[in-house]
Amino acid sequence: MKVLRAPFQVRGTIHPHYHKGVTAGRPIETLPPPTIVQVPMLQHLGAPSKPIVNKGDKVGVGQLIAEAGGPISASAHSPVSGTVRAITEGVAATGRPTLVIEIENDGLNTPASPLQPKPEWSSQEPSTLIGLVAAAGIVGMGGAGFPTHVKINPPPAKRIDTLIINGAECEPYLTADHRLMIERPEAIWEGIRILRHILRGPHIRLAIEDNKPDAIRAMEKVMASADDDVALVVLPTAYPMGAEKQLIAALLGREVPSGGLPSDVGALVENVATCAAVFEAVVQGHPLTRRVVTVTGSLVRRPANVLAPIGARFSDLIEFCGGLQETGGKLICGGPMMGVAQVDASTPVGKTVSGILALSRQDVAVYETHACIACGRCVRACPMSLLPCTISVAVEAGQFEETERLAVMDCIECGCCAYVCPAHRPMVQFMRQGKAQIQAIRRLKQQQNPPVPRSP
Amino acid sequence: MPPILAAIVVIGGAGVACALLLAIAARYLHVFEDPRVEAITNLLPGANCGGCGYAGCADYARAIVEKGAPVNLCRPCAAAALLEIARLMGVEAKPAEKMVAIVRCNGDAVRSRRAALYHGVADCVAADFTSGGGKICREGCLGYGNCARVCPVGAIVFTESLLAVVSPERCIGCGLCVKACPRHLIRLVPASHTIHLLCSNRERGLVTRKACSVGCIACQKCIKHVNGQGIHMEGYLAVVDYTVPLPESLLDVCPQHCFVRRGLPAPPPQPAAPSAP
Repeated sequence: MKVLRAPFQVRGTIHPHYHKGVTAGRPIETLPPPTIVQVPMLQHLGAPSKPIVNKGDKVGVGQLIAEAGGPISASAHSPVSGTVRAITEGVAATGRPTLVIEIENDGLNTPASPLQPKPEWSSQEPSTLIGLVAAAGIVGMGGAGFPTHVKINPPPAKRIDTLIINGAECEPYLTADHRLMIERPEAIWEGIRILRHILRGPHIRLAIEDNKPDAIRAMEKVMASADDDVALVVLPTAYPMGAEKQLIAALLGREVPSGGLPSDVGALVENVATCAAVFEAVVQGHPLTRRVVTVTGSLVRRPANVLAPIGARFSDLIEFCGGLQETGGKLICGGPMMGVAQVDASTPVGKTVSGILALSRQDVAVYETHACIACGRCVRACPMSLLPCTISVAVEAGQFEETERLAVMDCIECGCCAYVCPAHRPMVQFMRQGKAQIQAIRRLKQQQNPPVPRSP
Repeated sequence: MPPILAAIVVIGGAGVACALLLAIAARYLHVFEDPRVEAITNLLPGANCGGCGYAGCADYARAIVEKGAPVNLCRPCAAAALLEIARLMGVEAKPAEKMVAIVRCNGDAVRSRRAALYHGVADCVAADFTSGGGKICREGCLGYGNCARVCPVGAIVFTESLLAVVSPERCIGCGLCVKACPRHLIRLVPASHTIHLLCSNRERGLVTRKACSVGCIACQKCIKHVNGQGIHMEGYLAVVDYTVPLPESLLDVCPQHCFVRRGLPAPPPQPAAPSAP
């Protein structure tokens, strides 16, 4: 195994205050399963899962309760044993309405996992293991939630030469991946080797930012005996270094084409937590029913890293961490840069929720927004080489064709532009509005001239 | 010759020569335009709303005369003007009933409860994907005025109370606001109807009641009151189908006060007398 510095530079980026010291030194604590869990059907990209249980059904720990709702979708499993109380409308952590399966915990922990573990995975066919990953409902746990079984099964024309493992965790406040690398490096390393076996032996690049020396040491120790195609890459600390496209640029110097996927440039990026989930599914036969969540922020009495069952409500986790010092601040799912503000704390934890952040009123000062003065700071900060200032003005003026020409669809919504804007403009929201309007226009055009079905 | 006289002769001569050139050009480069185009342009309302599908009133008038476009595409057009256009073109046209837009929500900042404060872009599309702008009701008016911004005649008032209200006197029924609303709350209804149900929330009554004090709770009292004529249920929501005029007494029948009187002509303000169905 080699240890490298990141060979390429990334464009743009910012250096916010990280606030990671609050929770970085605290071991992962396990949240006792709450009496009621609400498993959302939208925890990933693509189609929502389809519930296969009914009200009143008895379920066990790990039992399949919802199957994939399409080719790009994932299944969901019960994190507790008990009775299905209701299947109702709820809200996912992204703020989008979705179905939720509400299960009342009977506290018996009756196991009912449908998975057949394969501890001797190195002698298995990759397709068998991909099936196992799909059956475990594993999705990218870094934030976007792309179903992993789809990602690790690229079309044969696209050869993956490098598997990048993302341990950068560049988002301020969050330390969930950091603690996982310190406490469970063996699980992550075995998960990486399983993924490498499935992808038929690509190069491995594990990327960690240099503000986590203890995680680097822990991973270095378990990977010491690996061959020379495996490298641990130490990244300079910057935001958004851990974004997929920026990571590929920093490690391989390759640019993912506009509208393309990492597999277009022969790369594949998986989060460290996803690797640990793959290990648990393949070797131990546990479907993905829990994850590490960093509960932090100035309002939380006892900030901590919590191993929480999927479907536990934010209020359960906050209570476990001693509750809030006062109400009326801002509750965010995720980190301060890319997180989603929540209306209340009844939202359930999904597979992509890496943090819960409760900030006081002083921390979330509301600024008056001014007109763009075209200073260009956002252009220098943008890691995707876009012109955020021009795009935001075009969105404000309702010129959505111009917005599309300015490649707003390539925006990764990292928030660097909003962070540096001296006029305090809500840049990311302008970008998201532009994207939403362009998609609405595309849908309208498609309705007016439906695509002609191609004859065989 | 004094210099001033020379200047008058030269400038005057040049003027006469240019006038002659223009006269010749007007005669030989003349483009014939159907006089009906101008006549029809003058008859159309001139709001240039684009509701007909053409780029303004003059463009639509040209399309009627030159491309044979139907004469009744203009919704804001007055009935007399439509008949006159039809007479000019020598076709039959039945004037369509005047339509006005109505926002099917009455939950302003006081009546509709809010769970959070929204400090983002003041735009309905942006607020819609950011937890719905803070209101608990996910199917009510967001109140950031996308409809008011597209209205060509300024008929939509949206205030700090986070609710858009269409003035039926000013509305020309072009339908641009219908397309602008991300929650599809606006509907074109016949202007002769004066009783409207202002709610679009399809949730169960319990959920609706928590979100808003003037939301439809699906009690179906209104349907019983009109014997099923003109109102039907869609999920947990009563919907007016505008086939028959509704009685004023509905204003008192609805326990949630979802019904309002609004429309043309504005009736004199008097308490509605309950009438036997």
